[in-house]
Amino acid sequence: MLKTQELQINIGPQHPSTHGVFRLIVTVDGETIIDLKPVFGYLHRNHEQLGEVSTYIQSMPFTDRLDYFNSMANNFGLSIAVEKLAGIEVPQRANYIRVLMAELTRILNHATAVAFMINDMGAWQTPLAYGMREREKILDLFEMASGARMMCNYFRFGGVVRDLPPEFMPQLHDLMRGLPTFFDEFERLLRENEILMLRSEGVGILPKELAASYSVTGPVLRASGIAYDVRKAEPYSVYDELDFDVPIGSVGDVYDRFLIRIEEMRQSYKIVQQVIERLPDTTGGHINPSMANIGKQKALRPPAGDAYGRVETPKGELGFYLVSDGSTRPYRYKVRAPSFINLTPLGDMCRGHKVADVVVILGSIDIVMGEVDR
Amino acid sequence: MPSMSTEELKERLIRDLPGALAPARARAEHANNGGSAPKADPLAKPKKGEEGPVDLLATKDAIVLAERIPDVARYVRDTLGYTLLTDLTAVDYLADGVIELIYRFVHLEGGPTLAIKTRVPRDRAVVPSITPFWPGADLQEREAFDMYGVDFPGHPNLVRVYMWDEFEGFPMRKDFPKQGDKYIDEEDEA
Repeated sequence: MLKTQELQINIGPQHPSTHGVFRLIVTVDGETIIDLKPVFGYLHRNHEQLGEVSTYIQSMPFTDRLDYFNSMANNFGLSIAVEKLAGIEVPQRANYIRVLMAELTRILNHATAVAFMINDMGAWQTPLAYGMREREKILDLFEMASGARMMCNYFRFGGVVRDLPPEFMPQLHDLMRGLPTFFDEFERLLRENEILMLRSEGVGILPKELAASYSVTGPVLRASGIAYDVRKAEPYSVYDELDFDVPIGSVGDVYDRFLIRIEEMRQSYKIVQQVIERLPDTTGGHINPSMANIGKQKALRPPAGDAYGRVETPKGELGFYLVSDGSTRPYRYKVRAPSFINLTPLGDMCRGHKVADVVVILGSIDIVMGEVDR
Repeated sequence: MPSMSTEELKERLIRDLPGALAPARARAEHANNGGSAPKADPLAKPKKGEEGPVDLLATKDAIVLAERIPDVARYVRDTLGYTLLTDLTAVDYLADGVIELIYRFVHLEGGPTLAIKTRVPRDRAVVPSITPFWPGADLQEREAFDMYGVDFPGHPNLVRVYMWDEFEGFPMRKDFPKQGDKYIDEEDEA
């Protein structure tokens, strides 16, 4: 009679597939996972304490570094929260520019996330290059608008820091022409690949009945079959004027999370098309005139009280809880990070699978350590 | 889309869970609760002589006794239908000697969030854990424990999440020394 013994293996923190400095202590029996314990904190940078000693606008560049892949989305979250707290109006043109940036971020994040997922499965660098190619084109657009590729710091309270330059729109049109072909090509890479389907179907299932109790949000929740999207649930900016669908999955496994992300890219493309049509007719300028001066941004004193502002980033629901004591610095600055909370069911999703599946499941949740550890 | 005002929530809590709501404080409420219609101009400098101490604890949200949190959480999930705990935040009010925990729930059909607050004294911060029946609170309660020192009896694995296990102190508390930290001094000596 063969006897087996449980073994504790350490994955990370220095590991090419853990999406940053993330450590997992797995207890295995052979190659099957019995238990999984994640260890956080390798990228803890005191973001919330920095928020308490900085003024509201000084926190804006720090939010770029939360989810460092999607800096525009993080900026959006802080702007929504502070504008709610202080009662600042955002003009129509600024809102449309913000939505444009947020949806381009969604396309770039999902392209990269799917590409990295396939990379984690061992398909090495070729599919990664497919996703990164589109990402580079969108990063060029960001550089044109804000001056930086990744750490954009583009949003301000009341709008965005500057209007789109004249060369932005022609390049955006070029990008939009090439995107549908890219989506179809990318999806064909997934749907017609037997190895990929074998490795992702039935792996890492998060059942629909449990998904909400685990507090997951974003594509992971939608892949499990629950149609919850902050853009539809509590519309912010101009999302209630735009027409788009929220794709949901059926099984909640890794394969569903792939397909959800591809479909969300298509919906973002639809939104960007509508924004491009409406942008020439919008009014109001790129920022609320009373907040246009950087001195006004620095001197912002929201009335005492609290507010919770949330946005739908590509990873899930990003929320900022701010408590103001009437001064220029927040009394409490809390970031509700989607990647952190989406890791709650990781242990339960991985139980019973092999070690190689852990990497795939982790990739399908799509985490960024900057957000997990803050 | 389901939406519940704080008045309606408080009425339902009084009716269905008697004794859960904390007794009311005898002080004025903020105009700016949850960002609703602030009356002050955010760019105005406070005038000399008008700067009084700000009452940070005044709020319109429902404040619940700490020991009733599991009952209230079950009520919010099963009766009111808010099944997703989206945020669990701790705030340290040093001047008033309380730590406030805000539980924020969301209804899957949409609508604004529902906030339930509870306050515990700083030197005895104990709130029963809701993780046994609400697994989504697991990491969030661990973060409140790690950063603020709030104890959650009933939590299956209440260990630190960001700091290392042997770390002493609770970093986000307002009286945690920001400089001259004993770990920094040890590094300089080594």
